[in-house]
Amino acid sequence: MNTQFWIIQAFNGISYGALLFLLGAGLSLIFGVMRIVNLAHGSYFLLGGYVALTVIWTTDSWLLSLPVAALAIAVLGMVMERLFLRSAGLEFARNGLIAIGVALLVALAIDEWTQFIASGNWIMFVVVALVIAAGLYYLLGNVSTIAIEADPLRQVLLTVGFAFLFQQAALDIWTGNNFDIFPPGPLTQSMVIGQLYFPLYRVFMIATAAFIGVALWLAMEKTRMGAMVRATVDDSEMARGVGIDTSRISMFIFGLGAFLAGLGGVIGGAFLGIYPGLDFEVLPLAFAVVIIGGMGSLGGAAIGALLVGLADNFGKALFPEISYFTLYAPMALILAVKPTGLFGRE
Amino acid sequence: MFKSQTAKIAVVCAVLAAVAIVVPNTNSFLILLATRILAFSILVMSLDILLGYTGLPSLGQAAYLGVGAYATAILASKYQFGFGYDFWLVVVIGVVLAAALAAVFGLLAIRATGVYFLMITLALGQCVWGLAYRWNSLTGGDNGINVRGRPQFFGLDLANEITFFYVVFGFFAASLLVMFVLVRSPFGRSLAGIRERELRMQILGYNTWLHKYIAFIIAGAFGGLSGVLWAHTAGIVSPENVIITTSVDAILMAVLGGAGTLIGGVIGTTIVIGLREYLSTLVPWWQYVLGAVYVLTILYLPSGLMGIPERIRQRGSESGKTKVGKTEDQEKLASAAS
Amino acid sequence: MTTIMNKGMRPLLLGGCIALGLAPLSNASAEELRIGFLAPTTGIFAQIGKDMVNGFQMYLDENKGAFGGADVKFIVEDTVGKPDTAVTKAKKLVLQDKVHMFMGGLLASTGYALAPVSTAEKTVYLSPVAAADDLTQRQLDKYPYFVRTGFSSSQPSHPEGQWACDQGYKTAVTIGADYAFGYEVIGGFQKAFEACGGKVVQKIWPPIGTKDFGPYIPTIKRDADIIFTLMVGPMSLQFPKQLRAAGFNKPVLGGGTSYDEFVLPFMGDEVIGHVSALQYSAALETPKNEAFVKKYREKYGKVPSYYSESNYTTAQMIDEVIKKNNGKFPGAEDFVKQMSAVEIDAVRGPVKLDESRNPVHNIYIKKIEKKKMFGYDKEELWNTVIKTYKNVDQFGQFDKAEFLKQPVYSRDYPPCKYCQ
Repeated sequence: MNTQFWIIQAFNGISYGALLFLLGAGLSLIFGVMRIVNLAHGSYFLLGGYVALTVIWTTDSWLLSLPVAALAIAVLGMVMERLFLRSAGLEFARNGLIAIGVALLVALAIDEWTQFIASGNWIMFVVVALVIAAGLYYLLGNVSTIAIEADPLRQVLLTVGFAFLFQQAALDIWTGNNFDIFPPGPLTQSMVIGQLYFPLYRVFMIATAAFIGVALWLAMEKTRMGAMVRATVDDSEMARGVGIDTSRISMFIFGLGAFLAGLGGVIGGAFLGIYPGLDFEVLPLAFAVVIIGGMGSLGGAAIGALLVGLADNFGKALFPEISYFTLYAPMALILAVKPTGLFGRE
Repeated sequence: MFKSQTAKIAVVCAVLAAVAIVVPNTNSFLILLATRILAFSILVMSLDILLGYTGLPSLGQAAYLGVGAYATAILASKYQFGFGYDFWLVVVIGVVLAAALAAVFGLLAIRATGVYFLMITLALGQCVWGLAYRWNSLTGGDNGINVRGRPQFFGLDLANEITFFYVVFGFFAASLLVMFVLVRSPFGRSLAGIRERELRMQILGYNTWLHKYIAFIIAGAFGGLSGVLWAHTAGIVSPENVIITTSVDAILMAVLGGAGTLIGGVIGTTIVIGLREYLSTLVPWWQYVLGAVYVLTILYLPSGLMGIPERIRQRGSESGKTKVGKTEDQEKLASAAS
Repeated sequence: MTTIMNKGMRPLLLGGCIALGLAPLSNASAEELRIGFLAPTTGIFAQIGKDMVNGFQMYLDENKGAFGGADVKFIVEDTVGKPDTAVTKAKKLVLQDKVHMFMGGLLASTGYALAPVSTAEKTVYLSPVAAADDLTQRQLDKYPYFVRTGFSSSQPSHPEGQWACDQGYKTAVTIGADYAFGYEVIGGFQKAFEACGGKVVQKIWPPIGTKDFGPYIPTIKRDADIIFTLMVGPMSLQFPKQLRAAGFNKPVLGGGTSYDEFVLPFMGDEVIGHVSALQYSAALETPKNEAFVKKYREKYGKVPSYYSESNYTTAQMIDEVIKKNNGKFPGAEDFVKQMSAVEIDAVRGPVKLDESRNPVHNIYIKKIEKKKMFGYDKEELWNTVIKTYKNVDQFGQFDKAEFLKQPVYSRDYPPCKYCQ
């Protein structure tokens, strides 16, 4: 193993870490502000990739896909947060959405016998669905329930439910083929320094993550919004006490986390591909970053991502047999010693 | 309680008896399903002890099923061990190994609570998965290990699906009984106390760490038992058995049925496996049904399906208002934030 | 979403057959052939599962839902990509639906899980895709009802190894997914390559599912003549890109799945010139294949891969056997015997089975080219056939008895004698 090996592997590890930072930073922020673990985070990553594909297929522009996909996922995240995770005030919208969804399923079940769709009788199908939806809406509205805001575990489980739904929906919308994103020509080249090849796409990944990291840090440290976020992370009751609208902060941060994950999915799409199952594959990695770096800490996410990227890379290059172990065992040990992660706070 | 304790027990016994009598007379597919449900329920019930009774949400219980299952499979395929009376020895081995793993993992995990506990158990579960996946010489890696043939003892041939069903049913009933006794015992009550207000229990002088640790090991042991049975039920053990989605399945089943009720775990398992195996033969969009079931339960039935009678009664007496005063969940949140 | 099951067709066919006076074939109604199909139709392998089903379905539709005069009841069950679900569904098919045979299984683990079910239930199990070597080699006796109609993992690698020698390549680095399928494909290549004078100087095993080959590519020995890869799924898409970006321009050979038509449409120009071997290429220039590709593409919107061809051909083989029996299912043992004796001219070329019930067919060495084919007006990536090895069986150029004495290909077998 000469210096070339170490340089290249370090470079690879850092570039992988860059991607993981995008994935983990969002998860960390979401946890810091809301104290819930978003198990649908991997789904956001994957959906970001899929949306980007659609953008590329319709507009042929890779550049456009980045912000569009990220924003789309941000919206998805905010809707999920506002309607389902913290519904206060908007229960009617949530109930309506669920009523429609379930009514569709029930109508499809009925259709197995009545065969409305097969015979082209769409109107009947829609009518049936609407009737059921109305009934369900009434039912759901009258079911008294303990608000989900109060129970972090239920919120976590809800994100899992959504993760499963997202996976199936993605399969139905985009098919299960393995896709790849092709960045514009220049980015597929490599920088050659001496005898070493540095793929420009990896450089791009590092640059993007660094840029976003700095932007986030500046926003957190220097802006009023950032101050409010930090206050909420530190002590949400106190923050509410001084008049900070923590609900809006929650929604905003959830959206930001989703944005970062979606962006990660687009960028990662050219690097990992886009295919069913990717969501639950990257989720443990996101966890590794957040656990090691500390939940709620942006700096921790950066350090965590770097460590995970390097550990994963060097682990696989030097000890391929136990590569998964080299990643998760240190994570478990760090947790055992400091349950909140290296830079986390209780 | 709506019904008295004895009435509830009577209902459960009656249902179980009905299952034991009716199922073997249905077709083989249903017997297969029922066997799988009973075997997996043991795992879900063990998770319920942690989640529902002790307040520890573990997202890595599949690891213990994996230990039991792989132990059985490795002994069967490499050493031809476990096909006669030594099957009972395999059961013991599976349980002991799983309990040992839980003892080790517990040392790392019990320090944390709430979502931190969730994350640690997830990480530990991932370790086990990683090993199952990569330790090819032992676990067969991605291929998994086939368990060929079923044990024969006491003149019984477990290759007969009905006989096997009864054996699994026996283990299930025994596990249920033991867990029931456990949660009703003083030990079980102190676990519930820890779930409610750990600080208060500590002030009262309980060694809460030890209580949680023991509960964790017990849950692991039952997980191992579930694994041994699962290896023979499915006939193949692969990393799929210890993957994160299996642990997620278990926790969802427990919540769906109703955490903290033991029987809720069985109900949840029945519904999920039933949906998955049976509904999937009927329609291609069954995954949405499963997802919808989860979402609906979590949003509208926080106490799971077992909580429905209580809710109906509550609605009847309070005409639909939400409970006055802080709920236990809100108390937990308050204590977590402080 | 289209439903996959054929349940609705049966009443129509039944009526039709009676009307056509085919009643004499059996007592009161036409004979029914029940075939169970196990594939992942949901979950992460759903697309491959769909391709498998579509291949079989297309043949069925071409033959108006009947094989040799018997109405086919085609029941598809979802394995969700999990071996134990596959076993449960297989038992359901056999015990509840009383199928005459079941087929399918994608992963090797599924194949290994289903084969014992066929033995226990004395029911025919056909595998057009699951390729694990030993199912028709050292474990053959355990599964007397198992017939493979696809290929064994190492089957295409044996001629490919020989081909590599013939090109003058002397040294190779292998890099492939670290699991049994990878071991078998690469093992076959290594054995063949070293048998004709080549040397494998390095073997790298990234875990299956690796997409970031950053840790592995820099360790590849730069002075080797060629790189031989075995990638599957998303790995196939990412590896060639990263290899090119790291500055490698040595010839690249690979196993069939590294470049098969399941992944090829989603690849870029970096794979032009890469060579692989398999019993099928969509670019095979025979009238039969051209018709198949065109029809499949029109019906299902994509170029067929071997997943589809294999199931189509299996349907054809079943049809042949049932035809010979005048539409009656001859019982499991006889069916297996007759399947083993079938010789057909399939889309992939001539196919027959060897004594171990594994196919003997052509293996095509293919090279990726960007061109227009079959009258399509766009330039696309195709696996052009550059050499055909005829009548290749699972033991290739090696003696069967000798071959069976050696252990199954694994991570350490063949041992890497020339590795440093």
